[in-house]
Amino acid sequence: MSAGRAMASHYKEISIAEFFEKNRHILGFDSPQRSLFMIVKEALDNSLDACEEWGILPEIYVEVAKKSDDTFRVTVRDNGPGIERIEVPRVFGQLLYGSRFHAVRQSRGQQGIGITAAILYGQITTGEPSRIMTKTQEADVGFEIYMQINVKENKGTVISESPVIVNYGHGIEISITAKGRYQTGKQSIIEYLRETAVVNPNMNLTFVDPDGVTTVFRRSTEKLPEPARSIKPHPLGLEPGEIIGLAAVSSEKHLRSFLTGEFNRVSDRVADEILKESGLDGSAFPGEMKAETAMKLQQAFRKVKLMPPPVDCLSPLGEEFIRRGLMAVYEEHHPAFYSKPVTRPVSVYNGNPFSVEVGIVYGGELRADDQVKIIRYANKVPLLYQAGACAMIRAVAEIDWRPYGMDQKQGIGVPFGPMIILVHVYGTRVPYTSESKEAVAAIPEIIEEIKLALKSVGRGLKSFMNRNERREKANEKFNLVMNIIPEIGKKCSRILGREEPNIDRVMSLVANVVFIKEEGSKCDGGFDVLARILNYTSESRAFTLYAEPVSGKIDGEAMWTIPSISPAGVSEVRFKVLTESDKYPGTDYYTTGINPVLVHGAEPLPGDWSLREEEAVEDGA
Amino acid sequence: MEREVKKTLESMVEDIYNALGGGEVPEIRMSSRNRDNIVLDKLSSVWKYGDAKVSRSLRTTDGANYVLKNMYMIDFILEMLRDGKSSTLREMYYISEGWGRAKFGTQDESDLMAEDLEVITSLIREDFKLRPEENGASIIGDITIEERSRKGDFKKINCKDDVGEAGYTIPNNVESEKLRIRSTNAKFVLALETGGMFDRLVENGFDEKFGCVLVHLKGQPARSTRRVLKRMNIEMNLPIFVFTDGDPWSFRIFGSIAYGAIKTAHISEYLAVPTAEFIGVTASDILNYDLPTDKLTDKDIAALNAELKDPRFQTDFWRSEIETMLQINKKAEQQALAKYGLNYVTDTYLPEKLGEAGGII
Repeated sequence: MSAGRAMASHYKEISIAEFFEKNRHILGFDSPQRSLFMIVKEALDNSLDACEEWGILPEIYVEVAKKSDDTFRVTVRDNGPGIERIEVPRVFGQLLYGSRFHAVRQSRGQQGIGITAAILYGQITTGEPSRIMTKTQEADVGFEIYMQINVKENKGTVISESPVIVNYGHGIEISITAKGRYQTGKQSIIEYLRETAVVNPNMNLTFVDPDGVTTVFRRSTEKLPEPARSIKPHPLGLEPGEIIGLAAVSSEKHLRSFLTGEFNRVSDRVADEILKESGLDGSAFPGEMKAETAMKLQQAFRKVKLMPPPVDCLSPLGEEFIRRGLMAVYEEHHPAFYSKPVTRPVSVYNGNPFSVEVGIVYGGELRADDQVKIIRYANKVPLLYQAGACAMIRAVAEIDWRPYGMDQKQGIGVPFGPMIILVHVYGTRVPYTSESKEAVAAIPEIIEEIKLALKSVGRGLKSFMNRNERREKANEKFNLVMNIIPEIGKKCSRILGREEPNIDRVMSLVANVVFIKEEGSKCDGGFDVLARILNYTSESRAFTLYAEPVSGKIDGEAMWTIPSISPAGVSEVRFKVLTESDKYPGTDYYTTGINPVLVHGAEPLPGDWSLREEEAVEDGA
Repeated sequence: MEREVKKTLESMVEDIYNALGGGEVPEIRMSSRNRDNIVLDKLSSVWKYGDAKVSRSLRTTDGANYVLKNMYMIDFILEMLRDGKSSTLREMYYISEGWGRAKFGTQDESDLMAEDLEVITSLIREDFKLRPEENGASIIGDITIEERSRKGDFKKINCKDDVGEAGYTIPNNVESEKLRIRSTNAKFVLALETGGMFDRLVENGFDEKFGCVLVHLKGQPARSTRRVLKRMNIEMNLPIFVFTDGDPWSFRIFGSIAYGAIKTAHISEYLAVPTAEFIGVTASDILNYDLPTDKLTDKDIAALNAELKDPRFQTDFWRSEIETMLQINKKAEQQALAKYGLNYVTDTYLPEKLGEAGGII
């Protein structure tokens, strides 16, 4: 925001086209393939912001159509609230026009610079006007508006406007024709859309590429995210230019009330302290503030004791969105493990509240010999460029992943393995390395928070791997005892033409364990589970069995008393797991009353079992 | 004989069956077929398996799978004995496709298990009606043999006069019920690694000029080839000389002829000719004859280092040759001698080397 404001005043006198030309690279329009990507990104970010703010489940349509070898028409349509037709030239045609220029709020786009830059780019490269369709809920018809940007006066000029009858309730459709190059791969439109779908699992998105191929990302939840609240700016973390900017738009008449009214965490007492420290007059008029005054205020802000900014103003993706999003988009790889996503408590850097979320997907058909894929998000927007400069990559690379079971050279760098790591950094002001917002700056506080979140999911991964290893061992032994040895018995007796021998004793000698094996079969609302307990020890065994599904919950009691099972005997337990998943997630079993080394397929009951029970009840409520 | 084989195999099955029914975990024990378990048998001067044993038990999945496959293989052999059939090792590998869990993963696995069965039972694969699929090697020279034809009568063949340029092809089964060695006018046998050198010596009339039998080894010699060499050595009293390329793999070819191979150490007595002599190409030849060479590869170097640890190569001669080769970091093919012309090998090199080796020429 500071940079935008500063740029606006700095370039006041020069033509906006010249401004654009000079700043193409920092706005992201520096190559033909990237420019096309930027148009989609800016339009889509705006659409999602609008839907989120108005509590609408997004229905998005994106199309990139080829007009000639190097010219494309990008169309993005949403079901957002739409805007009044008279607002169109200002919203889309004025660089730096924004409704909340001085409010501090977590959002995807910032001050509306992006979409205007996209329109301007199309206009400069092809000379064609942009087409905008808007329909609000109240209006009976939609309006189709062709507009251009008057580069001399920095405003939108409507070329034609006509009412049209549309068959949807409300929304905006924007079409921009621009020079560019369409590509696929790591830094492509389709990848951006895919990663956007991961963090917006409540969105339906249809994409039609230049070859006419349609890709659909379907919503997997109908929940709406908690919208971010606007907060007033916290005094720390403001530059003098921004203080001047705030003063210019403030309606407060006195400096003292400006301080208490426009800033976060500035009480009457704090305002007095600031005035005392700065030696400024509290009754002075704050508008048209001089740079010198702003500098004095900035210094005084740092000297007085300020409460950190409130932390409830942020909008995380949340555990459910991350889990559902990852599941829906990466399901095709049949991953073996989805971590429970981790959301860190809100922290503050330089007066700006921020936080970090992390989720991982592991195993299945993901490539095991590649470096792990890291999908980066800042304020719910995927970051595809400048990965090397990003705090998120740095945090991943600084962790020694080997203790969590991943391959990594000398314990440093991006690890290797079949894994996707999702990292989301969000806050009222995420520090980017450049204006095109492609990488989060390596601020130590942010890196530290990311690392804490990564280590937390890493522990989950490790315990999954351990559990898996134990299961495999148990399965192998089960196969040995239940299949191979009986087959040897059969084969021998057939060769010799004798009766099959009774192999129970040998099976017990080889196994010397109690096996717990389960089978899940789909039923209404979840899975019917049959757990079989086979005693392959040389003595009778009785114990208590507990069950906890990996996801979902058990319908009814999750504890059974297993009566004495004689050697080579079997006992069965049946229960139902309530889950929305299509695949049986598996159940963890625990035992008491039996030496744990004698049990294959269950763990000794952990000490915090009763506590977990309560948690489960809360989850269900 | 077949009754004996059947009894031996059935008693192996019975051991497993009885252990299973008697509440004991069954296992199969056999000699360790590892390089570390190769010992020199003083009496026969060949290398055989030592006393170290390994055991395959049903306690582990690998062990149980081994026993299961073993039972299937025995069943298959018993069936062939019953029906009067035989099969190649490769056929058995393919037949195992129908054995479900007992199916072999690779032919190496099934070949190895057939050898294991020989080691366990002290029988040979001919007893099991199993044979290799590869063609035997060729012989040219003044030696007369009798081979039993498909009709069952023995047919006399002189390997100089009754064969074409390719020579007499050694059959898979060279035991006396199939092959008899009758007479010879030759003074020695020269075994050759490569077909190119075999053809060169035939074209130059080396066998007639020096009174020898030429045997083409076709690389690492098959069991039948080694068995024929052994029989010519024992029955006709012919000394055996071996002429190969000058590289670590060729040293192993000689090792398997003279000392016995690690894989077949259980039948070294039948196969190995402890008096066989190595003619070349030696590392010293590379230097003395200034032969065209190739650089040793990493695999070559690893093989040479392994030979330094191989108990069969612990002689002054081999130690010095292997160390020299490592030092000069070079190897040479036997055909490198063509550097001095097509007749050099028959006119100069071989007479010199054979003269050194035992005054045969």
